Amino acid sequence: MIRWLPFDWFTAMRFMRDGWVQTIFILVGVSLGVGVTIFMSEMLSGVQANFLHRVLTAQAMIVVLPPDELAVALHTAPGVVEDAVLQRPNQRPRSIDQWQNIRGQIEATPGVSVVAPIITGPGLAVRGNASASISVIGSDPADYFRIVRVPDYIVHGQLRLRADDILIGVDLAQQLGVAVADKITVVAGTGGRAPRPLTVTGIFDLGSKGVNLRTTFVALRTGQSLVGLPGGVTSLEIALADPFAAEATAQLLAPRYGVRADSWIFTNKQFFIAVQAQNLSSLLIRISVGLSAAFGVASVLVVSVVQRAREIGILRAMGGRRGQILRVFLIQGGIMEFGGAVLGSALGAGILLAWNRLARQPDGSEMFPFLLDPWLVVGTVAVATLVGVLAGMAPAMQAARLDPAVAIRG
Amino acid sequence: MAEAPEALRLSGIRKSFSAGTPREVEVLHGIDLVLQHGEFCALIGPSGSGKSTLLNIIGLLDRPSAGALFIGGEATAGLADTALTTLRGRRIGFVFQAHNLIGAFTAAENVMMPRLLERNWPDAAMRAEAEALLEKVGLSRWRDTRVNNLSGGQAQRVAIARALAMNPVLVLADEPTGNLDTAAADGVFALLREINAQNSTTFLIVTHDVRLSALCDRVVELVDGRISTDKRQLHPG
Ligand SMILES: Nc1ncnc2c1ncn2[C@@H]1O[C@H](COP(=O)(O)OP(=O)(O)OP(=O)(O)O)[C@@H](O)[C@H]1O
Ligand SMILES: [Mg+2]
Repeated sequence: MIRWLPFDWFTAMRFMRDGWVQTIFILVGVSLGVGVTIFMSEMLSGVQANFLHRVLTAQAMIVVLPPDELAVALHTAPGVVEDAVLQRPNQRPRSIDQWQNIRGQIEATPGVSVVAPIITGPGLAVRGNASASISVIGSDPADYFRIVRVPDYIVHGQLRLRADDILIGVDLAQQLGVAVADKITVVAGTGGRAPRPLTVTGIFDLGSKGVNLRTTFVALRTGQSLVGLPGGVTSLEIALADPFAAEATAQLLAPRYGVRADSWIFTNKQFFIAVQAQNLSSLLIRISVGLSAAFGVASVLVVSVVQRAREIGILRAMGGRRGQILRVFLIQGGIMEFGGAVLGSALGAGILLAWNRLARQPDGSEMFPFLLDPWLVVGTVAVATLVGVLAGMAPAMQAARLDPAVAIRG
Repeated sequence: MAEAPEALRLSGIRKSFSAGTPREVEVLHGIDLVLQHGEFCALIGPSGSGKSTLLNIIGLLDRPSAGALFIGGEATAGLADTALTTLRGRRIGFVFQAHNLIGAFTAAENVMMPRLLERNWPDAAMRAEAEALLEKVGLSRWRDTRVNNLSGGQAQRVAIARALAMNPVLVLADEPTGNLDTAAADGVFALLREINAQNSTTFLIVTHDVRLSALCDRVVELVDGRISTDKRQLHPG
């Protein structure tokens, strides 16, 4: 080893090997801390990423709706209000005025990748004696299914939506006792239009019983005629290149077109509050793990300096400079934390992998993806090494300041 | 290198501990001493007379309170700490009473240490030199042994080899045989004499052992911080 290492590195390694019990203890301590930290951060971001993925493949980033209908107080004469109690009007399906125009303009807005016109309304699905209340979503599959990834969740049949086709969930299919190619009759809940027979072309499973029971997809035209708004749409659903620009974009669109615009960030506010709290506690845990590792390293080195006082004095007597002695101990601090962090990263990755195998959703799919961000590992190792060098500072200065005459006398 | 005629010159060296406090004690009261190149000199005296204190000052491990000190003709007064460290590393070799070595290193690594400290990077020549020195002290076989596993006499031989690593003008030894049994002590002492004869390295050796001081060319006696006698003698052999 001495053939290729300079004095300070060589001596640091030899001192650590010589005190191998302390070295192993501190390595184990640091790697446990780092391992848990890595596991925790990656699990958190995995769970968060998974949630985001689910949310963002199941709903639009922005939903543009017609403005709420407001009841206006009835004035019989200036300053005289006829009836002080305003009843909130019920929000029946209404079309967005000028939606083709608005759609075109939103599509031209920077950052917007898809705008899909949607018509939704309540309905009743009937087959023989069985019936179920459903929510009918009429859309142009070419646009809408780029936002809500229904195609990924088709379990029977195919994704075909012509004028007389309908896609239904597995639970509805079971309740009505239908399979692909069967016909069901859909009655609109609002318009009083004629019942319409539709062919089931595909059955999907969106992972939630409520959704699988209630949600159905039809072509835009079909939806319009069922809801009774020919040519109208009840919402425009938008996907953006950057999901996190949704709130800002929504706030820009609403006043510009006189519509309501709800971002997914707004509708999932609770989730983001939880994420913030998780990230804050994860930061606190990281800081305290880092500090306790630093104190561990420092105490090992303080003891080592005391034990080696005479040897340090001898090195100084042989011409060892203060800076060289200083570096021997700084390097030890750095190596202990570096080694601990590398082992800890492997440990963290191992726990993540095991957890990924063991913790599964009820349907057997993974609770969160196995992610090991290489930059998290590199960053952790770098920060840990720096912490080790800093932790070595006090003992190293103590060693460098030793008076060789006193140290040798003992 | 054109050597100055003297390996060591001390004039008027005084040393006080706890200077400026009520507990101030002067341990050395003005020491004048010159060692010529190649001298083999014993420093004797009762316990507490100041031998180790004087050796530390000569070895630049401690600074005198007053007086001038020259190593190989070089003045040391006014040198900064780093300059003293460099001078010490290059010009002076040390052998202490015991526990001289770095236990985590092998014998060869200990012997290389002065050179490695000077250059910071190892090279093959350093290693070869260390092996040659170990051979000279009769420890070739042990060169890759951790020094913790050596006997006291072997450890002192390694310390001697190391003291010679920088080819110093002056080797200072503070009771180098103090912890050894008679046979080992005789062996170590004989080695010091042999090196002195071969390389004309100058030695200043503190010893309580009158049998060994009798084998030196010159004996300086320190009593209560003053040189009381200084006599040259012919030694047998
Ligand atoms: N750092 C110090 N502070 C105060 N007094 C000291 C210090 N170092 C040495 N002394 C005192 O100086 C005197 C000389 O000590 P020194 O160690 O030089 O004696 P010595 O001749 O080497 O003795 P020995 O033969 O026992 O080794 C002693 O009285 C000792 O107590
Ligand atoms: Mg002494």
